[in-house]
Amino acid sequence: MGRKKFTQFHIELSLQPTILSIVFFSLLAIILAFACGGVIFLFYHISPGVGYQTFFQGSLGSWYAFSETLKRTIPLLLVGEGLSLAFRAQVLNIGAEGQILLGAVAATWVALFSGLPSFLLLPTMFILGFLAGAGWALVPAIFKTRFAVNEVLSTLMLNYVASNLVLYLIAGPWKGKGVRGFTYTDTFPEAAWLKTMGITRVPYFTLLVGIAIAIGGYFFLKKSALGFELRIVGSSPETARFLGINEEKIVLFTMFISGGLSGFAGVGEVAGIHHLLRHPDHISLGYGFTAIIVAWLARANPLATILTSFLFGALLSGGDALRVSLGIPFQVVSVFNGLILFFLISTEHLSRYRIIWKDKKAVEKNGS
Amino acid sequence: MSEVENNWEKRPAEVAFRSITKRFPPDILANDRVSFEVKKGTVHALLGENGAGKTTLMNILYGLFSPDEGEIIIRGKSVKISSPREAINLGIGMIHQHFKLIPTHAVAENIVLGLTSIPFFFPAEKAEAEIKSLSEKYGLKVDPRAHVWQLSAGEKQKVEILKALYRKANILILDEPTSVLTPQEAEELFATLRAMKEEGKTCIFITHKLNEVKEIADAVTVMRKGKVVSTILPSQVSLEELARMTVGKEVISVVPRKTISDKIVLRLQDVSAMGDRDFPALLNLSLSVREGEIVGVAGIAGNGQKELAEVIVGLRQASRGHIFLEDKEITNLLPRDIASLGVAYIPEERNQGLVGEMSVAENLLLRGYYQPPFSQGFWVDWEKAEAYSEKLISHYQINPPLSDIPVRLLSGGNRQRVIIARELEQKPKLVVASNPTAGLDVSGVEAIHKLLVKAQEKGAGILLISGDLDELLKLSNRIVIMFRGEIVGEKEKEHWTEEDRREIGLGMGGVRR
Repeated sequence: MGRKKFTQFHIELSLQPTILSIVFFSLLAIILAFACGGVIFLFYHISPGVGYQTFFQGSLGSWYAFSETLKRTIPLLLVGEGLSLAFRAQVLNIGAEGQILLGAVAATWVALFSGLPSFLLLPTMFILGFLAGAGWALVPAIFKTRFAVNEVLSTLMLNYVASNLVLYLIAGPWKGKGVRGFTYTDTFPEAAWLKTMGITRVPYFTLLVGIAIAIGGYFFLKKSALGFELRIVGSSPETARFLGINEEKIVLFTMFISGGLSGFAGVGEVAGIHHLLRHPDHISLGYGFTAIIVAWLARANPLATILTSFLFGALLSGGDALRVSLGIPFQVVSVFNGLILFFLISTEHLSRYRIIWKDKKAVEKNGS
Repeated sequence: MSEVENNWEKRPAEVAFRSITKRFPPDILANDRVSFEVKKGTVHALLGENGAGKTTLMNILYGLFSPDEGEIIIRGKSVKISSPREAINLGIGMIHQHFKLIPTHAVAENIVLGLTSIPFFFPAEKAEAEIKSLSEKYGLKVDPRAHVWQLSAGEKQKVEILKALYRKANILILDEPTSVLTPQEAEELFATLRAMKEEGKTCIFITHKLNEVKEIADAVTVMRKGKVVSTILPSQVSLEELARMTVGKEVISVVPRKTISDKIVLRLQDVSAMGDRDFPALLNLSLSVREGEIVGVAGIAGNGQKELAEVIVGLRQASRGHIFLEDKEITNLLPRDIASLGVAYIPEERNQGLVGEMSVAENLLLRGYYQPPFSQGFWVDWEKAEAYSEKLISHYQINPPLSDIPVRLLSGGNRQRVIIARELEQKPKLVVASNPTAGLDVSGVEAIHKLLVKAQEKGAGILLISGDLDELLKLSNRIVIMFRGEIVGEKEKEHWTEEDRREIGLGMGGVRR
């Protein structure tokens, strides 16, 4: 034996990350985020153990907790699916938050002011809500295709416009007659309420639509000609030009769909949960931004958004439990979101490596 | 033993490799007991196919990799080089294939970058005089105050060489230095290398171009599959022998078809077009290609060849003039429509023709996915596509023969095969090929030539744009010379002679006859 070798494994660059390594590193990122997040509990003089226990009790610990998680999963799922399509085409739609609000605004108009017969209310709300979100997203899409305006900035800025539009409506022309000092609209007629599962607050229509779209979106990307074009534009715009693929069409299409699904999710929130239009922060809880992480963690795969949106739904309801039981501000959830995204991005490269364990004999042979 | 060989043996070795072995787990043996000597004051060529282990060996010498076994001896001393900094201290400089310069900085700033002796303010000022004297001595003319982004590839290379010389390099490693150069720039590089030799400096020159070995090298080491085949003096071997040593078997050159029908496939009539910088790139250009004819377009890169190809396939607007495919006018049609009328395009940038992240099967379907038999409209029949790609992979000998791996994992030659397979399967009437063999090794080049000649035999007209005059002389039935957006000369021949080569070379430089 010559030199002594301590290393019994080595790390090598694998040419293609396997699904297993992607899953492993995604989980690792989440675990690391929680480990770091534990420090927050210490700031509030709460032992991390108690903190986490409350957190899991509140998100998955009971049927009620589970239903609260599911309730928050639905908008994340719908929005996340749309963003997955957009991200696949390298169209960076950061404006889902505003698109959700536009959907909610359109639904509110239908429910309170359209005067449609009751049986037409819900269908019209969802159709107009979809179109309102899609239309809101088409504005930056057209600016991108016509004048090459960067969509990250324009979609982000339109969020504030949408938020202020809602504030104007609920404080001004749409302010409810019986709400006195509060700023929100009147309650929708019951015909404009979505049916929920049993005694929970989970509307099953939007949940089923979300799951159906996840499956449909998966096959659309994988098997359809348009989905193929979308992926080509996303991974190599140069080649798309070489092939004569109409890039503008793809940008408009993905913005239309992702905006539309966000609008649809917005309808689900006002028709299924609030039954009125209220402060933008209450309608959306930042779903439009959290869905960006949902889509990212799912590697822009619509099917995987089912899992990732559930995960973030649990995070939101767990955060709610922390606020109620331990008096920790709800914003802590944003810290967790941020940490998860941070660790995801930093472990992204690692998923390209493989750890190879050498058996002891081989090590000795090499060392001699 | 001849006198030359005797003297050769007696010359002192600057670098000696002793049984260098390098493995890349799990089972790639990149270098297998590599031993040879590089004599002081010589240009030593390292010849081999892609993947022969040349670059790995040089990365070991430059301290980027450490060898598993063996030792490196520099000027008689065994050394252990564990980082590029140590290599630089030993007087080793490396010019990589892809330049490592900072585009927004001036030439002089790039040259002094990273040196510990430079002042904090105006770091490059003092160095300018020395850079000037170095550039005069070795014929490396660059303005030290110019910014790197303003420079051509050839000039950037000069900056890299200056950088190494400024760091007192005695051993210069050049990794396929001519692959980015025009023929003129390559001549200038060779002059520089000769000047360095005079000064007693040693150059190791990685290449897979045989004629370069003959032209510049004093000695050549041929590598194949990680092993040294032989180290010899170029004067003692023929090009054919060198080719056989690199490839490992006899290389049989294809012969293009010599008889051509007079049916015209492509006709350009007074076509003008703008270049990328809104500068006219094509000026009233007229050209035709007949059925089964290979028309070579000679010229120094940047004289409108790229724009010519793009204007034909619809990627660039013609500002005036007409383009006909057979009798149909195709001027300024959409690229997809032109392709479906029977125009295949092999682009200069390989990445333009492929989606690296997508599988081989998907890349083979990039032309056909939206039309029968693969699609009736919305859905794509991926099972049919799979079978189709299996067929193409075996027919065009794409290696490794797997249809589901991302195409970026294939070697350059195999990626080019994927493009050619896809384009030729459209049964084109016209093939526009832009530098189709750039960067490929000997067997890769032969394979691509074979495919082009096969398309010619099937009756396709081929417009072959190439910066490699040897390639044009080998394949073309007719050669046109482009200079500043115009065709300045044209020749049709059955066999090309040295006289023709000289004449075309002059035409490329703008000398009209």
